[in-house]
Amino acid sequence: MGATRKVIIEPVTRVEGHGKVSILLDENGQVTRARLHIVEFRGFERFIQGRPYWEVPVTVQRLCGICPVSHHLAAAKAMDVIVGADKLTPTAEKMRRLMHYGQTYQSHVLHFFHLVSPDLLFGFDADPAIRNIIGVIKKYPELAVQGVMMRKFGQEVIKVTAGKKIHGTGAIPGGINKNLSIAERDFLLKDIDQQIEWSRGALKIAKDYTVEHLEELSDFGAFDSSHLSLIREDGAMDLYDGGIRMIDSEGNKVIDHFNYQNYTDIISEEVKDWSYMKFPFIKEQGTENGWYRVGPLSRINTADFIDTPEAEVARQEFKALTGGKPNNLTMAYHWARMIEVLHAAEKMKELLLDEDLQGEDLVVKGERRSEGVGLIEAPRGTLFHHYKVNEDDQVTMCNLIVSTTSNNVPMNLAVEKVAKKYLSGTEITEGLLNRVEVAIRAYDPCLSCATHALGKMPLTVSVVDHNGQVVDKKST
Amino acid sequence: MSDAIKFTIDGVEIEAIPGQTIMEAADEAGIYIPRLCAHKDLLPFGSCRVCTVMVNDRPQAACTQPVSPGMSVESETEELRQIRTNLVEMLFVEGNHYCPFCEKSGNCELQALGYRLGMLAPKYPYMFNKHDVDASHPDIYIDHNRCILCARCVRSSKELDGKNVFQFVGRGIHKKVAFNSDTDLAATNVSVTDKAIENCPVGAILKKRTAYAVPIGKRTYDSQPIGSDIEARKAAAK
Repeated sequence: MGATRKVIIEPVTRVEGHGKVSILLDENGQVTRARLHIVEFRGFERFIQGRPYWEVPVTVQRLCGICPVSHHLAAAKAMDVIVGADKLTPTAEKMRRLMHYGQTYQSHVLHFFHLVSPDLLFGFDADPAIRNIIGVIKKYPELAVQGVMMRKFGQEVIKVTAGKKIHGTGAIPGGINKNLSIAERDFLLKDIDQQIEWSRGALKIAKDYTVEHLEELSDFGAFDSSHLSLIREDGAMDLYDGGIRMIDSEGNKVIDHFNYQNYTDIISEEVKDWSYMKFPFIKEQGTENGWYRVGPLSRINTADFIDTPEAEVARQEFKALTGGKPNNLTMAYHWARMIEVLHAAEKMKELLLDEDLQGEDLVVKGERRSEGVGLIEAPRGTLFHHYKVNEDDQVTMCNLIVSTTSNNVPMNLAVEKVAKKYLSGTEITEGLLNRVEVAIRAYDPCLSCATHALGKMPLTVSVVDHNGQVVDKKST
Repeated sequence: MSDAIKFTIDGVEIEAIPGQTIMEAADEAGIYIPRLCAHKDLLPFGSCRVCTVMVNDRPQAACTQPVSPGMSVESETEELRQIRTNLVEMLFVEGNHYCPFCEKSGNCELQALGYRLGMLAPKYPYMFNKHDVDASHPDIYIDHNRCILCARCVRSSKELDGKNVFQFVGRGIHKKVAFNSDTDLAATNVSVTDKAIENCPVGAILKKRTAYAVPIGKRTYDSQPIGSDIEARKAAAK
């Protein structure tokens, strides 16, 4: 690559986990590439080896405090395969779905209101002292309260389905350990219409923002890509189950209704020496071209329709923007995410009115197997859980592909696009840093860095010249 | 009760039958004394010392000390609560007790006692000792990480099941429950219906494929602290 300078941004704030960004420059100060280093070591695949399989859905959800339900359910689905439960009882499946929609709802709301809205409401260049959740509470108190109450509702849904709001035990191999009592149902039903109303409002904010800023966003970390998600048999969006569909950037179906039990036939993972996170790719397309995006944007792009009325109308408006072709704007993730929020609210209402949730038949079992795969559409994208279990009921192998891993290449690309547009020379501006984070945050939310959420941006930036010398260093 | 023995626990006069232990008499009177190794169906053992009370100003194990006329027993004092908490904390740091995902959570006597005693985080350093699991039996799962060496399995197998499946081996920090076989648990005559399996107070001996079947909120200690069943007797007698 010749002589390069390296610009390092760390830590990335308002993003889950500990991230660090390196922007590599050539001698002329032009960006050659950008890398998002994920330097956390997860280790779950190793330390659940030897543990009994029924423990796994409860253990692995500790991967995350924001979307633990996704891991809980993906693992439970894999364990359904292990215990031979090929078709759950209606009560079990619908309870799990309700849990999952509650989870999607609260996670998306957290992502949008708590973590992203400061960027959208105040602008990328606003003073960090204002551009945070406290700033939102001060200037838009009604909106902030909505965000809190919407997240609370999702958490209440999780509590009545999983036992508690974070890290519950509801899904067990072959089913669920409780149904929904009439009292629990009524407790949620009384608020559901308000939730749907607020969801409409959140969707409007995201949509209007995208449409109004289309020119800027069209060039903001945007790039063509394939999109992958689960899809229901009839082509509807399904966040809980389905076959794998992948479309290319033009919308052509490359993979469709693929049975995910055989995902290793089509997907492989590459390891790179500068990140602990693997790089999944479609085998047939190779490591260079086989990457794809997952998450709300991909799901709206891959779905033929959404099976709830208001979200379907919203999906059609979304698709109209690109003439029916896939939308490849990184920042359109937020709009897609809010379509899913409305969809989740509609789905929760539909489920709450379903008498199957009061059924007594909770668990089924069949012929024991030694290997199982569970996939689910987690808030941030397709989540893969794969286990092998020995005759003594102990896990011998575990492989997890989390959505952020699938979005590894896309996030790197988004950062690179932003860096190329907004960085020149050696000066690291606040505007550049903000935009790098905004691009990452479109994919991955979470809030590990509470410090920034409260106003101070703890960034350290180093400019390293082609001789490896630090020529500039800036901390805020 | 002409030959009843009268004594006091924390100043409350109790009547007991000669030969009863302090714990037995207290239980009948609806007074809960914390315990881990003691079990109502097993002979007094006195190993965990969590039931330590002051008898005429001397520490004694309530589960083994017989009652005698006029004895003055102190149980609910701050000093004893601290001693009991220390003992429970030591058990927590010696084993690998991960309550957040342990399937015994909510039904575990060690966890419940920690809550009852107001234990927050152990003040002793975790030892992170390495322990084995034995999953060889088709219906029973053994996790030595969670064993507190209370000997309930050892005693239940002998006293109640008429078997001799479990036994202690090793000394000090190396002490562990071993099985009466040359290889593993599957090679013993243990059965999943044995009292030895049922009487484990923690998540060390488990029935396979029953985990998390009871939802959070309906587990033994979700809504009331350990000992509430004993204390309910006192309320019922009033």
